Amino acid sequence: MTRRSLFIAVVLGVLITASVTAAPFRIAVVMPSATTDMAFSQSMWSALQSIQKEMGGASALELKYSENMYKVPDAAAAVRDYASQGFDIVIAHGSQYGSSVQEIAKDFPDVTFAWGTDVNTFGLPNVYAYTAAAEQGGYVNGVIAAKVTKSRKIGVTGPVEVGDAKTYIDGFLQGVQSVDKSITISKTWTGSFSDVALMTAAAKTHIASGADVLTGSSQSVVGSIQAAIDKGSVLWFGTQADQASLASALVVASQVYDWTGMLRDMITKHKAGVLGGTQYTLTLANGGLKIAYNPSYKLPSSAKSAGDASIQGITKGTIKVEP
Amino acid sequence: MKNLFSLTVVSGILNTMVSLATPFLYAALGETIAQSSGVVNLGVDGVMLLSAFAAFYVALTTGSLWLGLLAAAIVGLLMGLLMSFVSVTLKAEQGVSGIGLYMFGLGMSSLLFKILIGTVKTVKGFPPVVIPLLGDIPIVGPILFRNSLPVYGAFLLVPLVWWLLEKTTLGLRIKSVGQNPAAADSLGISVDRIRYLSVCLGSTLAGIAGASLSICLLNLFQDDLTAGQGFIAVALVYFGGWNPVGVMGGALLFSVVNSMQLWMQVLGVKIPSSVAVMLPYLLTIAALTITVNRMRQPAALNKPFERGEN
Amino acid sequence: MAGVIVALAIGAIMLVVLKADPIAAYAALVRGAVGTRFGLTQTLVKATPLLLVGLGICIAFRANVINIGGEGQIIAGALMAAWFPLTFSSWPGWLLIPATMIAGFLAGSAWGFVPGILKARLRVNEILSTIMMNSIALQLMNLLLQGPLMDPEGVKARTFLAQSAQLPAQVWLPRLVPRTLLHAGAIVAVVLAVVVYIFLWRTTIGYNIRAVGLNPNASRYSGINVPTYQALSLTLAGGFAGLAGVLEVIGVQHRLLEGLTSGYGFTGIVAALLGSLHPLGLIPASILFGGLLVGADTMQRAVQVPSSLVVALLGLVVLFVSGSALWSRKWAARQRRIEDA
Repeated sequence: MTRRSLFIAVVLGVLITASVTAAPFRIAVVMPSATTDMAFSQSMWSALQSIQKEMGGASALELKYSENMYKVPDAAAAVRDYASQGFDIVIAHGSQYGSSVQEIAKDFPDVTFAWGTDVNTFGLPNVYAYTAAAEQGGYVNGVIAAKVTKSRKIGVTGPVEVGDAKTYIDGFLQGVQSVDKSITISKTWTGSFSDVALMTAAAKTHIASGADVLTGSSQSVVGSIQAAIDKGSVLWFGTQADQASLASALVVASQVYDWTGMLRDMITKHKAGVLGGTQYTLTLANGGLKIAYNPSYKLPSSAKSAGDASIQGITKGTIKVEP
Repeated sequence: MKNLFSLTVVSGILNTMVSLATPFLYAALGETIAQSSGVVNLGVDGVMLLSAFAAFYVALTTGSLWLGLLAAAIVGLLMGLLMSFVSVTLKAEQGVSGIGLYMFGLGMSSLLFKILIGTVKTVKGFPPVVIPLLGDIPIVGPILFRNSLPVYGAFLLVPLVWWLLEKTTLGLRIKSVGQNPAAADSLGISVDRIRYLSVCLGSTLAGIAGASLSICLLNLFQDDLTAGQGFIAVALVYFGGWNPVGVMGGALLFSVVNSMQLWMQVLGVKIPSSVAVMLPYLLTIAALTITVNRMRQPAALNKPFERGEN
Repeated sequence: MAGVIVALAIGAIMLVVLKADPIAAYAALVRGAVGTRFGLTQTLVKATPLLLVGLGICIAFRANVINIGGEGQIIAGALMAAWFPLTFSSWPGWLLIPATMIAGFLAGSAWGFVPGILKARLRVNEILSTIMMNSIALQLMNLLLQGPLMDPEGVKARTFLAQSAQLPAQVWLPRLVPRTLLHAGAIVAVVLAVVVYIFLWRTTIGYNIRAVGLNPNASRYSGINVPTYQALSLTLAGGFAGLAGVLEVIGVQHRLLEGLTSGYGFTGIVAALLGSLHPLGLIPASILFGGLLVGADTMQRAVQVPSSLVVALLGLVVLFVSGSALWSRKWAARQRRIEDA
C-alpha cells in the first residue's frame, strides 16, 4: 500500500515538475557570413543573444545558428533542416534566401519563417519579412559628417552597389548635401564584400586625395577604419553595427541595426498563434535603427544638434530620405 | 582625366602600388622557388591565411611583432612540410592537394580566429622606417624609402631569389630537378629532398606574405583576409616566366593598375566601378599577349617523380 | 583509404577539443548525406554541378590542360541563363529550356575559349589566364546585377537586391522529387557523362584529345595540331562548367543571384580526380563528394561547431585522399607514359 502511494506520488511529482519547467522557445538562424563580421550577420546574432539573456538564458530560449551560408542551396538545406527539427522560428538572414523560404514555408505551416532584408512575405501566413531603412541613418551620419569635415572632402568606401550598402550610401550623400552642396564626396566600390586589402587601399586613396572623413559598409570596412587609424586624423562613420570598439578616438557615430524589438514582437506573435504576415522595417522612428554616438569622441555641440535635428525630422516625417 | 597625372596623384598611386605589391612579392617569389623544382602549390592562399592569423595572434598576445613574424614563418614551414609530404612523398596530384591545403588553411584560420579572438581587433603593425637622406629625395623618396621593414624585405627578396636560383649550387640543383628529375637523380641529387626544401622555402615565404598583411599593411585579422591573393600570386609566377625579376614586374603591374583604378574612382572618372575593378586582371592578360612569353616552364612541373621508371 | 581515416581521426580530435561529440557528429554527417529523403536528394543536387564541372575538367586534363577557370565559366553560363529566358520570355518551355542550356554552354565555352586561344596562339599559360578570367567574370556579374539585370521588383521596392528578376516559369526545370530541390538537370548531367565517354573514346576528335595529352610529340608527328586540340579542350571544359551554372539557375534557384556559383569551380576539380578522370567514374565520385559536402553541413548544424571546422576537415580529407596510394599511383603511371617516347 505505502509503496504504491509512494510510486504515485513520485509520478505525480515528476509530471508536475515537467509541466512547470516549460520547454524552451526555439529559434534557429541561417546567415551568409560569419557571426564575427562586425556587420550584417553579427548584428542579428548579437540581437538574438541579448534576447536570450533577457528571457532567462538557454533554458528559456534555445538558439542554433549556421553561418557562412553564402551558397544558397546549402542555406536552403539548413532552413529546411531546422524547420523539420521543430524550431519555432527559423530566421533566414540574407536577401538571397528568398526563393528558398518561399518554397520551404509552404511545407512547414506550423513554423514561423523570418526573412530579410526584403519586403516580400509572399502572401504566406507563416512568413515575416524584415528590412532596414539604412538610408535614414545614412542621412544622419551624412549631416554630422558635413559638420565635422575640415578639409571639406569626404570619402565613401563601398563594397558592391547593391542592397543596404547602396541605400545607406545614398542616404549619406543626401545628408551631406542637405548641409552643404559644395563638399566634395568621392566614392569607391571594391567589387567585393570581403576584400579587406582592397578596401584599405581604397580608404588610403581617399585620404591621400584629401578626405578627412570616411564612411562605408560591409565587413571589409575594418580595412577603411584601420586606414583612418594609420593616418590618425581621419574620422569614421559606421553602419550595421557599433564600430567604436575598433578605433575609439576616431569613430564619430555608427548606425546600429537593433533587431531586438522586432524579434520580441515575432516571439510574442508566434506564442499567440500568429505565425507571420507582417513586414517589419527598422527605422529611426521605431527604434530599430539607432545612431550610436561614440562617447570617446568629442563631438562639437553644433554637429550633435544637427544630427539630432535630422533624427527628429526623419522620425516625424518632415525629412524624407529616398534611396 | 588630366587630374590623374598630377604629381600628388601619381605619387599616391605609386605609394599604394608598393603596399599592394608586397604580399604578392613574398608569395610569388616563394612559389617561383617551389615551381622551379617542379612542384605547383595552389594552396598558397591557405598558407597565407593561417600564417597571417598566427602572426596576428602572437603579436596581439605577446606584443612583439618579430615573434609574430617568426610564428608566421613557422606556420608557413609546417604547411610546406604537409604539402611536400602529400605531393612529393605520396605523389599526389598537385592541383588537388593544393586545393586541399587551401581549404585547410582557410578553415583553420577562421576556426582559430573565432575561438581564440572572436571579434575583429587591431594591432600596431610594423611602423615605417625612413632611410635617412634617401627618404628625403623629393617625389621618389616617400615612395621608395619610407616603408616598413617587411616592405623593404619584399623588394630585397627579388635579387636574393635571383641570386639563389642563378648563382648558387642549390639553385642549380633546384632547377635541374625541375627540368629533368631523372637526370638529376642519376647524378646523385635527391629529387625528393630538393623538392621538400624548395616547397618549404616557398611556403615559408608565403607565410611571411600572410604576416605582411596582418601585422604590417592591414594590421588586423578577419575571415578570409587574403580574399584570393594567394591565387593571383601563383598566376604571377607564370606571368614572370619563373624569373624573379619578371615576377616582380607582374606584381608591380598588377598592383599599379589596381592602385590606379582606385584613384580613378576617387577622382570621379566616369567608369563603372565593376569595370575599374576588372582593369588589373584585363591588363595582366593584355600584357602577356603583347610581350611574347617564351615559356620556360620547368619541364617536370606538376609531375611526381618516381625513380627507376625510365 | 587510410588517408581518409587519418583525416577523420584528426577531425575527431578537433571536435573533442571544441566540446562536440565526434560520434554524434559523424553520425550526423552520414545521416545528412544519405540517411534522410531530403538529404539524399540534396546530395544529388550538389552532385549535379560537380559532375558537369568535373566532366569539363576531365576533357581538359586528358589534353594535359589544367582548367582552374571553372568559377568564371560557371558565372558566364549563369549570366546567360538569366539573360536569355528573360529576353525570350515568350518562347514555350520545350524550346526555351534546351535553347537556354545551349546558350549557357556556348557562353561558358567562350569563357574557356579565351584562355584556350591565348595558350594556342600566344603560349600564355592557362593557369594564369583562367585565374584572371575568374575575377573578370565575377566583376562582370556585379556590373550586370547592379544594373541591367537587377530585379525590377527590387528597384521598385528600393531594396536593390543583388539578384535578377525571377525567370519565367516555363524555363524552370521540373522537380524530380516533390518538396526537394532535386531537378531534372541531374538526369541531363548523367546523360552527358555517357556522351562525354563516347566522345572521348569513340570519336576521332576525342581520340585526338587523349593522344595530345598522353604523348604530345607523337601526336605532332602524326599530324595532330596540338595547340588547337588543347584550345578545344579548354573550350569544351568551359562549356560544361557554363552548363553547370545554367542548371543551378534554372533548376535550383529560378533566378540569378550572388553566391550561386561559389566553389564548384574548385570542388569540381577534386571530384574529377576522385573519379580518376573518367567520365563514368565521375558519376559515383561526384555523388560521394556531394554527399560529403552535404553531410558536413548537417554535422555543423547537429553539433553546432563553427562551419570553418568543417572546411578545415574537408581540406584535410582532400589532402589525404589526393595522397592516397590507390589512385596517385595511377596518376604517376599516367605521367610516366607521357615521358615514354
